Amino acid sequence: MPDFIAEWLDKNDVFTAMTLMEYWGGMVTTVQLVFLSLVIGLVVAVPLAILRTVKNPFISGPVWFYTYIFRGTPLLIQLYIIYYGLAQIEGIQETFWWLIFREPFYPALLAFTLNTAAYTTEIIRGAIVSTPNGEIEAAKAYGMNWFMRMRRIVLPSAARRGVQAYSNEVIFMLHASAIASVVTIVDLTGAARNIYSRFYAPFDAFIFVALLYMLLTFALVFAFRKLENHLLKHQRPLNS
Amino acid sequence: MLDLKGYGPALLDGAVVTIELAFLSLAVAITLGLIGASAKLSDNRLAKGAATTYTTLIRGVPDLVMMLLFYYGGQVAVNMLSDHIWETYEIDFFFQFDPFISGVVTIGLIFGAYMTETFRGAFLAVETGQIEAARAYGFTRFHTFRRIMLPQMLRHALPGIGNNWQVLLKTTALVSIIGLTDMVRVAEEAAKAERMPFHFFIPVAFVYLALTAGSELFIKWLNKRANVGVVQGG
Repeated sequence: MPDFIAEWLDKNDVFTAMTLMEYWGGMVTTVQLVFLSLVIGLVVAVPLAILRTVKNPFISGPVWFYTYIFRGTPLLIQLYIIYYGLAQIEGIQETFWWLIFREPFYPALLAFTLNTAAYTTEIIRGAIVSTPNGEIEAAKAYGMNWFMRMRRIVLPSAARRGVQAYSNEVIFMLHASAIASVVTIVDLTGAARNIYSRFYAPFDAFIFVALLYMLLTFALVFAFRKLENHLLKHQRPLNS
Repeated sequence: MLDLKGYGPALLDGAVVTIELAFLSLAVAITLGLIGASAKLSDNRLAKGAATTYTTLIRGVPDLVMMLLFYYGGQVAVNMLSDHIWETYEIDFFFQFDPFISGVVTIGLIFGAYMTETFRGAFLAVETGQIEAARAYGFTRFHTFRRIMLPQMLRHALPGIGNNWQVLLKTTALVSIIGLTDMVRVAEEAAKAERMPFHFFIPVAFVYLALTAGSELFIKWLNKRANVGVVQGG
């Protein structure tokens, strides 16, 4: 180990085993929060995106309204409304929902899920709408019904077209999850804020957490690049 | 009628702060974006490397973390500087690092990185023939940039600028976390004091919605104007 690093480690009193454990705990919370909201959001977004492409305005209208509201307002406001608002609903404190929603983790999870589902719905809708007409005609000519066409033709090809935009959404969500710390959740940013206020060491606390986020971001970018390569294998030029 | 319990004027002031913050940050972001794109497209390896490092770093770190770093770190840096100045020159120098400035700097830096990518793509979309023609007419580099590149690249950059602006507008809500009394902050205080979260946050959400919807229309209009004379295929 170079001398200057050893010297710096000797002199530093911020990065002890205890604070590192705190960062680790924050990392686990962040990953859980982001992973759960993305998975649930994606599961909700696929049917919503299909409904959004339906011609009947009474079906596609409400979905449009939902995505418009959630995409047009800041996530922080959505989080505040859900976090402070749920506690104010008459009688919720007597039901079993209160056992779940009094932990700040679950209101945050709900807010993040609703937000990412809105963005993902629009991404998938865009991909569905741009399905080449020939593919659908071919499927019809083979006698596939609507359901089979969706499952076998439209959705797989939409996944290929949407994966790039979706990878941006995933990274956006990871970064947006930092605001969970304002509703007292100790995620990565929450841990950094605690450590900052304990040692009054803004550079150590926040630069370290920035590096951790960067690590997560680049891991995601790498994983999505692999996935894109896999999904778009058939489009790869022959000489590469 | 909506009863804001006397918080109406404060909310209105907060909305003005939000809008000021958004426009100032946009100005910073566009300036940084033009510089960054020029650096990325230049032949200078140092400038290229610096711009690439800048955009990569910014895209890896959450906006809130960056904001906390600049706000709290900025104060510590100012304090260190003022200590140093006092010890060496005996000049009393101090200023409070305020949330508004930290907000503008952070949001400007973050969206400067996104604008860099937008402008880079837009500059590349300008046909080389146009630039060659300008050179053939004896335009200087600066002239080529101002008369040929800038007007033609704006058409390609507009949709990207519009998207960035929409995201930027929503990012301004974060500055309430470091203590700026924008409308989110006012609504939060009012909601806590009156125990009426829906009552205060929903109007604020609608102000944001109105701002994003209005911007959408304006950007559409700008796009239409910028593309006059371009025949679109398809």
